[in-house]
Amino acid sequence: MHEMALCEGIRGIIQDQARAQNFSRVRRLRLEIGRFAGVQKEALAFAFDVVMRGSEAEGAELEMLDLPGRAVCYDCEAEVEIDDRFAPCPRCGGGKLMPTGGSEMRILDMEVT
Amino acid sequence: MCNVCGCGQGTVEGHSHDDSHHHHHHHGEHRDIHYGTGAAGVAVPGMSQDRLIELEADILSKNDAFAAANRTRLAATGTLALNLVSSPGSGKTSLLVRTIERLGAHPVAVIEGDQQTTNDADRIRATGAPAVQVNTGKGCHLDGQMVGHALDHLPLEQGTVLFIENVGNLVCPAGFDLGEDCKVAILSVTEGEDKPLKYPDMFTASRLALLNKTDLAPHCDVDLDLYEANLRRVNPEIEVQRVSARTGEGLDAWITWLNARLAAKQAEDTAA
Ligand SMILES: Nc1nc2c(ncn2[C@@H]2O[C@H](COP(=O)(O)OP(=O)(O)OP(=O)(O)O)[C@@H](O)[C@H]2O)c(=O)[nH]1
Ligand SMILES: [Mg+2]
Ligand SMILES: [Zn+2]
Repeated sequence: MHEMALCEGIRGIIQDQARAQNFSRVRRLRLEIGRFAGVQKEALAFAFDVVMRGSEAEGAELEMLDLPGRAVCYDCEAEVEIDDRFAPCPRCGGGKLMPTGGSEMRILDMEVT
Repeated sequence: MCNVCGCGQGTVEGHSHDDSHHHHHHHGEHRDIHYGTGAAGVAVPGMSQDRLIELEADILSKNDAFAAANRTRLAATGTLALNLVSSPGSGKTSLLVRTIERLGAHPVAVIEGDQQTTNDADRIRATGAPAVQVNTGKGCHLDGQMVGHALDHLPLEQGTVLFIENVGNLVCPAGFDLGEDCKVAILSVTEGEDKPLKYPDMFTASRLALLNKTDLAPHCDVDLDLYEANLRRVNPEIEVQRVSARTGEGLDAWITWLNARLAAKQAEDTAA
């Protein structure tokens, strides 16, 4: 995934919110990132600092929370939690799993002034 | 940072962060669209008061809104839109040229996404089909807004098949909805059987995978069954077709698939 483009998305949302909710500075921002979102956290943190320059979120503290990977097993039909994209089903050992969760990339909340 | 093409590697130049940057482009000879130059950021004044804003907002929500607008617009003409994703050089444009020839009089339109050059749109226009080239500059994927803008310059008759050739990149385009009906992944047999395992997101997001350049298979020690098995490992529902843009092998099945999608789309739109 493209961390720079993600940060541009974050910046766009912050600017809309700043207008709508009338704030001038973001102190702290919390993101939720799914395990399979393909986001490299170090790269995101680096891009964040660069992209937020000149915006309300310049210098803001960035916190990233992990969301687990989830998949539906085609063998036992259960929805299971998995750590690895290619892990077998933890219930039945089946190898055919379709990801259903873990690709989230959300702004959870932000502290503003 | 983009791990594939390295774009954005510490440089902010020409990779604008202002929302208005999409309007800073010019139209070339064939109404091609070039991105890559940007304006400075905008500061918004406000009042001071500490508080917590709970958002739960998807980071790509702006892109998703553009994609949703495109989808509505495409549905109005019963246009079937396919987002073609692949690594560079897998044969997307070659396959498109062949496909357009096979579709004959059926209305077709093409959006070509590349970082630079209008080569691919020129190749499509040589077939007689309308094409708009979008140059993304340093961007390594098309986004919903770029496609919306390209649509302003394409004639869409009822029942058009719109092919969107995304920038050759197996990573970034997976996350950016363009308003398409589905993604079609194109792989060439020379890329290696392990590509689906190395870049699973793209193949999980795709409905069909075209395994191209089968004419080269005898020369490059590739196990096509393993290739298919690896695709199904990352996406148990993916459909796979083996084709060769060079010899035309397998193209009948692909055209049949296209016609079936088109019929399904039109049934869906008249029902809606
Ligand atoms: N042997 C063989 N060569 C092919 C086939 N399809 C495409 N090629 C060759 O592969 C090269 C790349 O083809 P393109 O159609 O430009 O590929 P592309 O995916 O559009 O490339 P980009 O847009 O640059 O990412 C060209 O030299 C084509 O002639 C095929 O089925 N067999
Ligand atoms: Mg091409
Ligand atoms: Zn199971």
